[in-house]
Amino acid sequence: MYRETQIVDDNSTASPDVEGDLVINVGPQHPATHGVLHLVITLNGETIKKLDPHLGYIHRSIEKMCESLSFRQFIYVTSKMDYLSSHINNHGCALCVEKGLQIEVPPRAQVIRVLMDELTRLASHQLWWGAMAMDVGALTPFFLAFREREMINDIMEESCGTRLTMNYMVPGGVMDDVHPNFQKRVNEFIKHFKNKIDEYDELVTGNVIFQNRTKNVGYISKEDAISYGMTGPSARGSGVQCDIRKLYPYEVYDKLQFDEIIEAEGDSFARYIVRMKEMRQSLSIVEQLIDNIPAGEFQAKTKAVLKLPKGEFYSRVETARGEFGVYIVSEGGTTPYRIKFRSPGFSNLSALDHMARGGKIGDLVAIMGTLDLVIPDIDR
Amino acid sequence: MDVKPDIQNPFPGEVHPTPTGGVLVTAIDDVINWARSNSLWPLVFGTSCCAIEMMSTASAKYDWSRFGFEVTRATPRQADVIIIAGTIVNKMAPVLKRLYDQMADPKYVIAMGACATSGGPFFYNTYSVVKGADHVIPVDVYIAGCPPRPEALLHSLITLQKKIKAGLTREQIRMEKPEIPIP
Amino acid sequence: MTNGDLKIKLPEILPSITFEEGGQWLNINIEPKEWLLFAKNLRNNPDLDFDYLFCLTCVDWRTHLTMVYHLESTQYRHTIVVKSKLDRNKPEIESVSQIWRTTDFHEREVYELFGVNFLNHPDLRLLILPDGWEGKFPLRKDFEDPVNMIKL
Repeated sequence: MYRETQIVDDNSTASPDVEGDLVINVGPQHPATHGVLHLVITLNGETIKKLDPHLGYIHRSIEKMCESLSFRQFIYVTSKMDYLSSHINNHGCALCVEKGLQIEVPPRAQVIRVLMDELTRLASHQLWWGAMAMDVGALTPFFLAFREREMINDIMEESCGTRLTMNYMVPGGVMDDVHPNFQKRVNEFIKHFKNKIDEYDELVTGNVIFQNRTKNVGYISKEDAISYGMTGPSARGSGVQCDIRKLYPYEVYDKLQFDEIIEAEGDSFARYIVRMKEMRQSLSIVEQLIDNIPAGEFQAKTKAVLKLPKGEFYSRVETARGEFGVYIVSEGGTTPYRIKFRSPGFSNLSALDHMARGGKIGDLVAIMGTLDLVIPDIDR
Repeated sequence: MDVKPDIQNPFPGEVHPTPTGGVLVTAIDDVINWARSNSLWPLVFGTSCCAIEMMSTASAKYDWSRFGFEVTRATPRQADVIIIAGTIVNKMAPVLKRLYDQMADPKYVIAMGACATSGGPFFYNTYSVVKGADHVIPVDVYIAGCPPRPEALLHSLITLQKKIKAGLTREQIRMEKPEIPIP
Repeated sequence: MTNGDLKIKLPEILPSITFEEGGQWLNINIEPKEWLLFAKNLRNNPDLDFDYLFCLTCVDWRTHLTMVYHLESTQYRHTIVVKSKLDRNKPEIESVSQIWRTTDFHEREVYELFGVNFLNHPDLRLLILPDGWEGKFPLRKDFEDPVNMIKL
């Protein structure tokens, strides 16, 4: 049983300024927008003059819903917000609750959490690589990326239970110990993936068509990137130092050896190179940790019903897209009073207008590919 | 005329040989249903997390093109089946209705995941989620899961094919009994 | 700069600020009328150089609304939190979208969810909610929606 709904065209904000300007809609249903993003573009010929994103097509009112969920339940809603780095989102929420309750996480749980985070970052970058190549026109990398991603999904499924939205972190540690096969399977994956990443570079990075489409496209300077609040690999491609794992280390990141990748050019190709190098860094972190998981408990002892004391708490983690912040305001009860999720995609998207002006529509697709947007993360 | 229902031959029609040596095929509906079910073209429509599992089903490990779903079209004018993968919110519902209207007959709908079936984890205390995609368009097959495994999606595609061959989808029931009003 | 140095330096710019105790970072309370001048000083002063605004939100405390701004400097790596109490019946504050470009989208979001009017904002309209939701502010505590919301 469905009701007749009214379809309203909203073009009031992007009326043509000059005779000959064309206003078109890209999305909400479009294969290249990585979700439901509606862009209203004012064009002159094929050159973009103004770009206006319309959001809200996947706004699920998560912040209002969290005000009626308990402190153990709200963590798992965030794994559906940025579903490609679901472990890292859960990790951020668990850190915030632990900050409020002053819980000490045992070392085994810390190492398992970092391992799961880095495997998730690898899986997210693999899917980004496949989807970006598909947008620019190459279809083979899509299948190759999913072949590798399935290996990580199988590892996650054995230990955590599901393939995509793994609700595995709890305040105090992780929900259950890793499977006995975990170490062996991850070692096999590392051996397999080390060769593949060189194959990726050969296939796409050196390709002259790809370089022509992404070099000098979508330039943003370092000051503009900071002013727009960009974080993550999109900002590191413009020279901004913003890796939370290095600046404000959490869990065991201060004991690991890895580099923060920064490129200075600021165009789409620089952002692409940052992510490719980050995949190698994540692989080296996994290699450092996988044979040294300390023995012990996987979860600290906590009460069944958690009550945060009165006050405000903020925690920051580095997801595959940028800085994810969780801001909890608590009044002393069993449910939070107000939760705000600072999502990385929201700020990255606000710079899209600045980057795309003056380019063509084909350039817009390449820029959106390198920004790596996940729209449910933006709309919450 | 002789009727030779050939059991070994999987061709679903009845073949009648004419006196001059040709063949006449009856039960044309069965043939058409068989042809339609083995070549359904899905529409690229994914709003949230279930879209990633749909992409996994399309890629090499759980390939869906061996069932005929090879060609995914970006435009609804050329698509047969719409797989609603993800949550539908109040702002997106008119867009979904418009896409469904733009598809040509016969068209089929699969609601993938808990969010499209009934609102899913966003059922209580949300002001903007449509509690089930069947408030907007009529649905043929529902899949449970959050997100459903690729094998579950393949099972639902096979179920849809069986429904089409048996003549039981909403589209076909509506064609047979025109006096039932369209809901 | 440490919290102690900031506590000495900031009242030199704006004497009427007050500090709140017991937070993760230094919490500052200001009046809404003084926000624009204070923000310009925070951004342009070479010793402070707060160029990165990473969280802008609003909290509904039932008797009043509070705007919360989290600021950080990428050069010196110090962080402060600026809060400002607004009147619930007529919540208004100056917009800072000329100083930090990220506040363009953040202020539109707070406008549609809480109803705070940002003065001199270049383009204040709905961002995430569909058309027809002007005037209903869903994240306020007294928001009732019997049609859509199913209470547990």
